[in-house]
Amino acid sequence: MPSATPLSTAPLLSVQDLKVHFRIGGGFLSRRPARILRAVDGVSFDLRPGETLGLVGESGCGKTTLGRAVLRLLPNIDGRVVWLGEDLAKLDPEGMRQKRREMQIVFQDPLAALDPRMTVGEIIGEPLATFRGDLPKAEGKRMVQAMMARVGLLPQQINRYPHEFSGGQCQRIGIARAMINHPKLVVCDEPVSALDVSIQAQIVNLLMDLQQEFGMSMIFISHNLSVVRHISHRIMVLYLGRVAELASRDQLYRNPRHPYTQALISAVPIPDPDLERQKQRIVLTGDLPSPLNPPSGCAFRTRCPKVTEICARVRPDLLPIESGHQVACHHWDE
Amino acid sequence: MPPPVLDISDLEIRFATPDGVVEAANKVSLTVEQGETLGIVGESGSGKSQVFMAVMGLLASNGRATGSVKFQGEEILGRRASELNQIRGARMSMIFQDPMTSLNPYLTIERQLTEVLETHRGMSAKEARHAAVAMLERVHIPEADQRISLYPFEFSGGMRQRAMIAMALLCQPELLIADEPTTALDVTVQAQILSLMGELKEAGKTSFVVITHDLGVIAGLCDRVLVMYAGRIVESGPVRDIFKSPQHPYTAGLLASMPRLDESDATRLTAIPGQPPNLQRLPPGCSFSDRCPRVFDLCRSIRPPLEPFAPGRMKACHLPHL
Repeated sequence: MPSATPLSTAPLLSVQDLKVHFRIGGGFLSRRPARILRAVDGVSFDLRPGETLGLVGESGCGKTTLGRAVLRLLPNIDGRVVWLGEDLAKLDPEGMRQKRREMQIVFQDPLAALDPRMTVGEIIGEPLATFRGDLPKAEGKRMVQAMMARVGLLPQQINRYPHEFSGGQCQRIGIARAMINHPKLVVCDEPVSALDVSIQAQIVNLLMDLQQEFGMSMIFISHNLSVVRHISHRIMVLYLGRVAELASRDQLYRNPRHPYTQALISAVPIPDPDLERQKQRIVLTGDLPSPLNPPSGCAFRTRCPKVTEICARVRPDLLPIESGHQVACHHWDE
Repeated sequence: MPPPVLDISDLEIRFATPDGVVEAANKVSLTVEQGETLGIVGESGSGKSQVFMAVMGLLASNGRATGSVKFQGEEILGRRASELNQIRGARMSMIFQDPMTSLNPYLTIERQLTEVLETHRGMSAKEARHAAVAMLERVHIPEADQRISLYPFEFSGGMRQRAMIAMALLCQPELLIADEPTTALDVTVQAQILSLMGELKEAGKTSFVVITHDLGVIAGLCDRVLVMYAGRIVESGPVRDIFKSPQHPYTAGLLASMPRLDESDATRLTAIPGQPPNLQRLPPGCSFSDRCPRVFDLCRSIRPPLEPFAPGRMKACHLPHL
């Protein structure tokens, strides 16, 4: 189970009505008018220090875009991202650059995220060189080797290149690079999806240990609901760029209220032949609608087993149903 | 009992690479009985996919397979492509992980489906289209009659995989090999594909091989399971036995390392230490010895043979029991 977090502390991060809209087409030579893709459409949440927020949803639901928008790695972001009381949009470029030291990201494809021409030592030490240029070289090397040992790499491999490492080890390099400046927030974008089953558990354990030791907050993006359940304190379910449900991990998995969350959880295969074959699985019909042309009202209504007439007319608001549990559904209590 | 649909014995697969010979599969023997669904579990480098690429005659050009592969009693290993084409796609077909790269992007779904029927069944274009639409309906593609004239890029990932399954089933094959059929799909679409495969299995005409790293998929679909590690079978048995009482430390490790939705609150996952096997740098003795929590002297010098230890079960491990 993830470590307990203090509930009363002020949020590290407060995201309010965040929107990321992309313009599609409508270029100089295009025959079709521009269309707007609402990848993230009005998402709000708080993240406390030391807390892990899991983001789940199908491909195209906006979870990666949301993770990057929080770090301001995308243009055209609307809404407020407040970092320890400070509105990030109001910072000048140098101010934002300084903040980046405290916010890091770990990517899905561990090899693609590492520069093949840099040694492991250069990769892990780069954030040090960027933010702490005055650090003596020997001290920098010592810190890199200490972090390598901490994430389970051999410090004597500091001069090797990424291609000499396996996928799991490359992910450890990516994590060491993210952790070297002791960030307050790490966004993990599908950090274990490209790894073998036996290695996934190593990386999940490593991230949880690092959180215990360094106390950083994490936004953990994954389509694997079992991994998200294991690592997260709270979980946000996204559907077509909007929050369908947001709750603590126990509330969400024991008592999911949104029909989409219920379907997602019931779809996860359980590695037990008896349980798996007895299980009532909610099989959603159809595919995710195009985010360029989302359904009216509730975006999930085209696949929802509980759909009624109101769902097409009125978009349900995200409303609290009990402490810490929010749902956007007209029929959550049926 | 009728003879097995597929009977592989002592299959060895070698790839010639600039760094030397890679032993992708060693002494692999297995059977697929009629109407059976066999699951093959393993990680990267276990050889699980290469075994069936060899069965289909699809090994890369630097690969060589020796041993015996009998399909319905007939030896097919080393046959010429023209001879294999009588069997492949008609009596034995395969679906792959990534449906986008397995479908031809230049041809409509209709052309890709009807081609199979015209080639193998000698149908006319009209008959073939009719049969293709019926098959798309069977795999639950809505408005199949219209959708059949679309191109693969106009299908969603789930529809593409269903179209692949439809194509594989067109000639009512005796054996369908599915290599990671749901790995590239979202969990909701995976549920659709798994329930479709369950339906096809119930229909009982086809035997299935399901190759996957996802033990959850195996638990739901398969009758029997083979676990592969570093090019060898390390454990095999009925699905329930493998999950309830794994007898190879690698199988037990895989099961323990998965976070589960039904787990009680465990603090840490039990990871298998070390790295996935590098086939060119395997330890002497048992290939799993450098990662095994139960390793002892014998494991580092002598490779344990795959031997039966209970009815229907085999393992390759020196430990008398786990």
